[in-house]
Amino acid sequence: MTIEFTHRQSAHCESGVTSNLLNHYAHPVSEAMAFGIGSGLFFGYFPFIKINHLPLITFRGAPGSIFKKCASRLGVQVQSRQFRAPRRAMDALDASIDAGVPTGLQTGVYWLPYFPAALRFHFNAHNLVVFGREGDEYLISDPVVDHAVRCARADLERARFAKGALAPKGRMYSLGKVPEQLPLPAAVRRGIKEVAFRMVRVPVPLIGVRGMEMLARDVERWPQKLGDARALIHLGHLIRMQEEIGTGGGGFRFIYAAFLQEAAQVLECREFEALAQEMTEIGDQWRRFALLGARRCKGRDSAENTFPALAQMVRECAQREKFLFNELLRVLDS
Amino acid sequence: MYRDEVPQDGAILEQWHEIAYAVDEEGNYVLVPSAGWEPSNLVNVQAWELIAAQVSRALEQIHRGEASPLLYHMERNQMDVGLLARYVGMSRWRVKRHLKPRPYAALKPEVRARYADVFRIPPHKLEELPARVEWPVETERKLK
Repeated sequence: MTIEFTHRQSAHCESGVTSNLLNHYAHPVSEAMAFGIGSGLFFGYFPFIKINHLPLITFRGAPGSIFKKCASRLGVQVQSRQFRAPRRAMDALDASIDAGVPTGLQTGVYWLPYFPAALRFHFNAHNLVVFGREGDEYLISDPVVDHAVRCARADLERARFAKGALAPKGRMYSLGKVPEQLPLPAAVRRGIKEVAFRMVRVPVPLIGVRGMEMLARDVERWPQKLGDARALIHLGHLIRMQEEIGTGGGGFRFIYAAFLQEAAQVLECREFEALAQEMTEIGDQWRRFALLGARRCKGRDSAENTFPALAQMVRECAQREKFLFNELLRVLDS
Repeated sequence: MYRDEVPQDGAILEQWHEIAYAVDEEGNYVLVPSAGWEPSNLVNVQAWELIAAQVSRALEQIHRGEASPLLYHMERNQMDVGLLARYVGMSRWRVKRHLKPRPYAALKPEVRARYADVFRIPPHKLEELPARVEWPVETERKLK
């Protein structure tokens, strides 16, 4: 059984799956739009939560939230299930495919054989769409791959039952009833409001621009606190979280700028165009930080990329984002 | 980032391209395939070097008789005791014990099979340790 499904590559897996599924039901919602409505942008720095002895730094919201929020804000019904028994999870997937429903899965990247070897780490919140089955093989639209791929049943089962942080527990999901007209303007407003609120209004020093300021302070102190070798490993880790596949570059700032550009049209609001441009420049600033930071990791030191200089770049990003999200809130409320 | 600035540095993505968001001449956003970016390649290699360093430490411990071969497979699969325990469905305490050579040597075939299944190798190959470990990226530089 193969469902006619258009595979479109995207920058980020979850917004890509959301967009591809909506497109399947004849709603041309772009990836950037899904990302924005689903409030995908975030910043969080949790130095006391360690993954492989490195602090948790994230530029995106909680896994699963983009799809859930985007669907609910657009008035689209969602079916979502988790399983205890792998066999039942696979049977349910087969039944869903046989019924002609393209089905989203949460998987662990480590177990997906078609994924580029260099990117196979234990990350358990990777999303993909299964749109067919031929014998023991599944046809998969993985949004970060440029073409549709195949995956053997045993491998897919393993990936669906990956263990550890964010374990998917076989989670599968699909769209139910889709309204004829999507309430785009209202959904866009709600998507922006939540992100802006998180970035500048939440009184917690770990998230939003306050989290960035805290990160900047720590970056400055890493060499004294951790020693040179560990400081470089921390810096490399930060750049990886910001730039590794699935961000579209600059810690999702560019994809968010693309969303703001579309939002300007949906809301017929010229002010958003200028803000989209500012967001692009902030993304460029994050990229400069990654470029100079990576040079330091490589041992090419200069006055430009000392730890205090790098910290200053993060601080500038924070300041500019603070202004930008306050502006967004002001424009939305006016 | 402008369309013509989208990096095409290649290397770790093999034949792959990822999607980058960039603006065209009119300032409109477009999706552009990117073959990779040197700074993110570099930090990716750094991550693999950390894993490689842990694996060689594990191999040394095994050769010195301080650890069982399971330690190599655990590190090779980027796992720690907690994660491996979840995969084999045993307590961390038990897994930790199995990382010692003596308790490991006394393991029942069923228990060995559970480990081998997680590492996706036949049970009789658990003791086979490589002279040189292959990694998906060049991990030449030494890290402490």
